[in-house]
Amino acid sequence: MKKSEAYSHRKVLPKSPTDIQGLDEITGGGLPKGRPTLVCGGPGCGKTLFAMEFLVRGATEYNEPGVFISFEETEEELSANVASLGFDLDSLRKRKKIWLEHIHVERSEVEQSGEYDLEGLFIRIHEAIESISAKRIVLDTLESLFSGLPNPIILRSELRRLLRWLKKKGVTAVITAERGEDRLTRQGLEEYISDCVILLDHRVTDESSIRRLRVVKYRGSSHGTNEYPFLIDEDGFSVLPVTSLGLNYSSSRERVSTGIPRLDTMLSGKGYFRGSTVLVSGTAGTGKTSIAAKFVEAACKRGERSLFFTFEESPSQLMRNMRSIGINLEPWEKKGLLQFQATRPTHYGLETHLTTSIKLINDFKPSIVILDPINAFVLGENQTEVKTMLLRLVDFLKMKGITAFFTSLTSAGDTMEITDVYISSLIDTWLLLRDIEIGGERNRGLYVLKSRGMAHSNQIREFKLTDQGIDLLDVYIGAEGVLTGSARLSQETKDDAEQLLRQQEFGRREFELERKRKAMEAQIVMLRSEFEAEEAEALKIIKSEKVKDERFTQNKAKMAKSRKADANTKTTGAK
Amino acid sequence: MKIKHDKPKTSRTKTSDGSGRRRFLERSTHAAKSGSDRWVLRLYVAGQTAKAVTALNNLKLICEEQLKGKYHIEVIDLLKNPTLARDNQILAVPTLVRKLPLPVRNIIGDLSDTERVLVGLDLIERSALVGKQ
Repeated sequence: MKKSEAYSHRKVLPKSPTDIQGLDEITGGGLPKGRPTLVCGGPGCGKTLFAMEFLVRGATEYNEPGVFISFEETEEELSANVASLGFDLDSLRKRKKIWLEHIHVERSEVEQSGEYDLEGLFIRIHEAIESISAKRIVLDTLESLFSGLPNPIILRSELRRLLRWLKKKGVTAVITAERGEDRLTRQGLEEYISDCVILLDHRVTDESSIRRLRVVKYRGSSHGTNEYPFLIDEDGFSVLPVTSLGLNYSSSRERVSTGIPRLDTMLSGKGYFRGSTVLVSGTAGTGKTSIAAKFVEAACKRGERSLFFTFEESPSQLMRNMRSIGINLEPWEKKGLLQFQATRPTHYGLETHLTTSIKLINDFKPSIVILDPINAFVLGENQTEVKTMLLRLVDFLKMKGITAFFTSLTSAGDTMEITDVYISSLIDTWLLLRDIEIGGERNRGLYVLKSRGMAHSNQIREFKLTDQGIDLLDVYIGAEGVLTGSARLSQETKDDAEQLLRQQEFGRREFELERKRKAMEAQIVMLRSEFEAEEAEALKIIKSEKVKDERFTQNKAKMAKSRKADANTKTTGAK
Repeated sequence: MKIKHDKPKTSRTKTSDGSGRRRFLERSTHAAKSGSDRWVLRLYVAGQTAKAVTALNNLKLICEEQLKGKYHIEVIDLLKNPTLARDNQILAVPTLVRKLPLPVRNIIGDLSDTERVLVGLDLIERSALVGKQ
């Protein structure tokens, strides 16, 4: 009947917002307005707190006064218990926003004779509702009536009547119940309260406790059906519907510097994408944290906030260690740009870690988040859970556009790629630090295993931690393979010596050539002078011969004259 | 106080019909022990319902037989005085409260099971109920 009604009107079921972080998202706006909701769970799972927060938020945020009928705790106990969550019940009571009523039931004091009904309870609830014009009511824990009053058959019919009566009154009710053995509640209340059923769970696995919430049923409304982790802390109840985040976040094209110029170069010159997920993996002591610290420092220098989760070192130890390689994080922490969160991963369960992390991130609003190292969470065989948790965290961070930086410790001997394979699909940029052992020493090599969406370098760089900071050096690639460290240095020296020798050889040859040229030139000079000497001699001879010849001719003419020769022509001809 | 014995009782059990109750009351020696000078009994009801009327009639009957001359019955209608439900921690109605003699004792129901009323009022030992259900 209800279904057909809903279809014909296409009306959204009116809802009463709980203002409990995350719950309204799962339920699409809150609990069904004017109807009872069953909240069930084992002891200590947070039923009372859930109910109380629903009431207090209603009173303070939505101006809906509420009545809290407690069958277990007295008014004073209730006030004291929730005071630690910042709820000032006394003040709310004075302002007629909250009405607390303790209903005392104890079987040993009651004798039954004949039939009875619960009109007394009805009158009390009615009085309470009327006195503050309540819109919300909590009955915690209604099932106490079963242990306090005889004759369950009468009780059942009376409870059924009570629920109908509450519905008719139009108050939004939260009814808590203890979890039963093989059903939701011990007394089968879920049979009567079928509009909305919420199950709270508190279980301990691997020595750590996990709180979860599940909406078992929500009549007339769609709702998230998963188990959602929730947290009870000083701000009350918070549910994290992060599993519903999905992949519809937008990706940034903006790049952020890694803080190491040469590494930026390796990542196509600009560094990581903003909002991407970066993983640095490597064996112990390869400098994973240092790369993280450098990234943090760069972010702080840009004036961005960083949240640093450290699971193995205390913040002061970490800062001291980073100072030794020239990274001073302390001023940034003082300035409030950097916040450390140091916890042992074994202190809480994964869910609690996730929820506290997300809360912290929401509060601090960082632009980068470091988790150092993520595999501190892996205990035994819980890799799948760790992956799920990281997946949720990554989704959450991506939604917020926060750059995530994880480090992962791989154990020596393992193939690093395999050790981290369970999270590799989440990672956008994966840097690998590996040991290179050559010539009796251990050096660090860094390369980019993958980096989505950019043309990254395929080169191995030698990664050096000095007291000035981080250096990336080209490795020696020669005939003898990849060399690093001293091997690289000695190879380089050897190369230098060889080069020197070669240079000397060139010089010697040049000199020889010069010498030869000089010898040749000297020879030329000598030959020339010899020639000149010969030439001069020859010319002299020629000259004297010519003189001789002239004289002979003159003498001949004189002779002819003297002999009166008539052959003038001959003379002139001879001339 | 005049009591009508012949009032029909719908929820009367076999053991608590007229003759059974008389026999039972005669056996009762416990009454003498707890019998103090003054009994103050308060019956909480919510309106003049059938159960309320039955309870009052049953109570009067028992008192006449057990506590003649030394009892006082107050009937409180919670519909008229709703705050009294809170003040006296009343849930079920009818509820019979033995204010005096102390300690205070509570019995809920229409008081049709006389033996249980007597146990509740501490007029007979609980052991008298063993085997009877």
